[in-house]
Amino acid sequence: MKDWRYWLAEQRGTLLALGIFIVMFVIYTSNHPAGFTANVVQTAANKGVLLAFVAMAQTLVVITAGIDLSVGMIFTLTNCLASWLVIGTGIETAFGVLAVLGTGLLCGAINGAIVIYGRLQPIVATIATGAVYFGIALLLRPFPGGSVNEDLADALTGRLFGVVPASLVVLLAVVLFVWVPFSRSVLGRAAYAAGSSETAAYMSGVPIRRGKFAAYALAGLLAAVGGLFLTFFTYTGEAAYASGNAYTLFSIAAVVLGGVSLFGGKGSAIGAIFGALAFRTIGDLLFVFDFDPLWQPLFQGVILLIAVSLGAFALFRVRNRLEWFL
Amino acid sequence: MSETTLGGIAGRMPRFIRRADPAVLTAFACIVLLLFLGSLYSRSFLSPEYLLQQLKVASFLGVIATGMMLVILLGQIDLSVPWSVAMGAMMASAAAAYGPVGVAVAIPFGIICGMLIGVVNGIGVAYLRIPSMIITLATNAVAQGLMVVYTGGFSPQDSATGAMRYLATGFAIPGVPNAVIIWALIGAAMVFVLTRTSFGRAVYGIGNRERAAYLSGIDTRRVVMIAFAVSGGLSAFGGVLLAGYASKAAQSMGDAYLLPSIAAVVLGGTSILGGRGSYLGTVAGVILITLLQSILSVMQMPEAGRQIIYGIVIVAMLLLYGRAPASR
Repeated sequence: MKDWRYWLAEQRGTLLALGIFIVMFVIYTSNHPAGFTANVVQTAANKGVLLAFVAMAQTLVVITAGIDLSVGMIFTLTNCLASWLVIGTGIETAFGVLAVLGTGLLCGAINGAIVIYGRLQPIVATIATGAVYFGIALLLRPFPGGSVNEDLADALTGRLFGVVPASLVVLLAVVLFVWVPFSRSVLGRAAYAAGSSETAAYMSGVPIRRGKFAAYALAGLLAAVGGLFLTFFTYTGEAAYASGNAYTLFSIAAVVLGGVSLFGGKGSAIGAIFGALAFRTIGDLLFVFDFDPLWQPLFQGVILLIAVSLGAFALFRVRNRLEWFL
Repeated sequence: MSETTLGGIAGRMPRFIRRADPAVLTAFACIVLLLFLGSLYSRSFLSPEYLLQQLKVASFLGVIATGMMLVILLGQIDLSVPWSVAMGAMMASAAAAYGPVGVAVAIPFGIICGMLIGVVNGIGVAYLRIPSMIITLATNAVAQGLMVVYTGGFSPQDSATGAMRYLATGFAIPGVPNAVIIWALIGAAMVFVLTRTSFGRAVYGIGNRERAAYLSGIDTRRVVMIAFAVSGGLSAFGGVLLAGYASKAAQSMGDAYLLPSIAAVVLGGTSILGGRGSYLGTVAGVILITLLQSILSVMQMPEAGRQIIYGIVIVAMLLLYGRAPASR
């Protein structure tokens, strides 16, 4: 086999997600009353990147064969924190941004420490830490409110040179400066190896604990970037339980759509980004086709159900009945 | 397990303590500790009225946690609890709008709706082999969507029927709330099923190693599916009782029951990996969670503080005895 075939096999999930996204986006823009204009793209990008950041965060953890059910709550918490801190002069704002990102990193590190060094199951541990993070968010913002440095917010949610949505540029920067270095580092390899087979990885002397810990911590950081962006879009902070939960849920859907295996060890954050953008576009299709907005939750739920059932296609590759019970 | 951890002291203890799970003992010890702390705060914590009231509130969680426990024993999890609860409550209330027949079938109808969610979960987990965490999150979203569509267009009938109110708040036996009796009945049935039937043994077997259970001739897929259906049905029944207690159904009424139901089961010493755990532990976990909630609300702790304490207590208790074995 040629090299490109290996590459194709490895990237199949990502390419599939890209394909779904392009098809959905073409349907969306061709039916949108305004058509394919910079404005439409900007709005779609701004909505899409929020989920894309959270989905990237979820990917990091899912690759290690874990799951982070607190990711939506870290997103909410950092949104509330940003509505207090990211304000004022340039230096104050910069400090605020760093503090928010640091908080996200800390939340992720706490999750990682509990799961890896405390040896608790990720599901229960992150549901519990999610409750704590939501509680802190509620302490910070008992009522929706606050404000944000509007110059920075407008710059990051606007367009560069009148064409390219700035939020997409930030997303690209995060991919280049967080995801790419991580996935190529020893720690990133360790995270993949731990998700693929923890025992084999351990036997080969891979630093699985550090790799998994880095994955959880970086997941918190990426969720914080998402929370920061939410603040830039809404100009406020809100401790909304339902919205935090929805982001957790949608991040899992995006990860699955993006070809990341929930059993770990397979997939990439880039796939998850396209999965997230595709998921958002599918949700928005309802609006361009003039459906009752009331049907949106049901529609998204059904999409989610179908997306996760897609994973079951592996069922047909089972050759031996015992492979059912892995 | 308990013999080795308790060491020589265990030899001098009565047999029932020696055989008990340390997790269950810890949970009961925490209940006593909470009651003691509460009684320092206010005398009325030890009054029979207060304790009975707590037991009544606990019974709603108890019913829901019973279903959750069955699923967790299999090594799976049911995250569709919030909207199964809400769906059970809303559908039962909705049925009451259709004349006397509707009122009569309201409760079974609500439970059947919950069981349908459970059956979908069960098919996904058992036959399609989708991870339970994922499929139950998805069915939860679908159930939410259905309920939003159902309530959105018009104002539906949302008040509970007389029978629902009677089940939740009445007194069939003087002094004992009906809800407590229902929990006791469901709990007794669960203990019987888990310890005295082949279905119950199959549940433990699958939780330990599904492959081995399958090779021993158990139809593991059917068992898993039934367990999820029961869990959905019990969640919906919990919702019916809650609607009776509050005398109306509300959309978000189930949100407050997901974390507590998992926490109650896990704090009661049931392994989240499946295959190990007793119903007595779940009872202890349910009472523990309810007492904790009650004491926090008596101390007028705001919602934010409650969430934080809650999460910390669960993590702390799990770190005490819910840890996975060191992997080498």
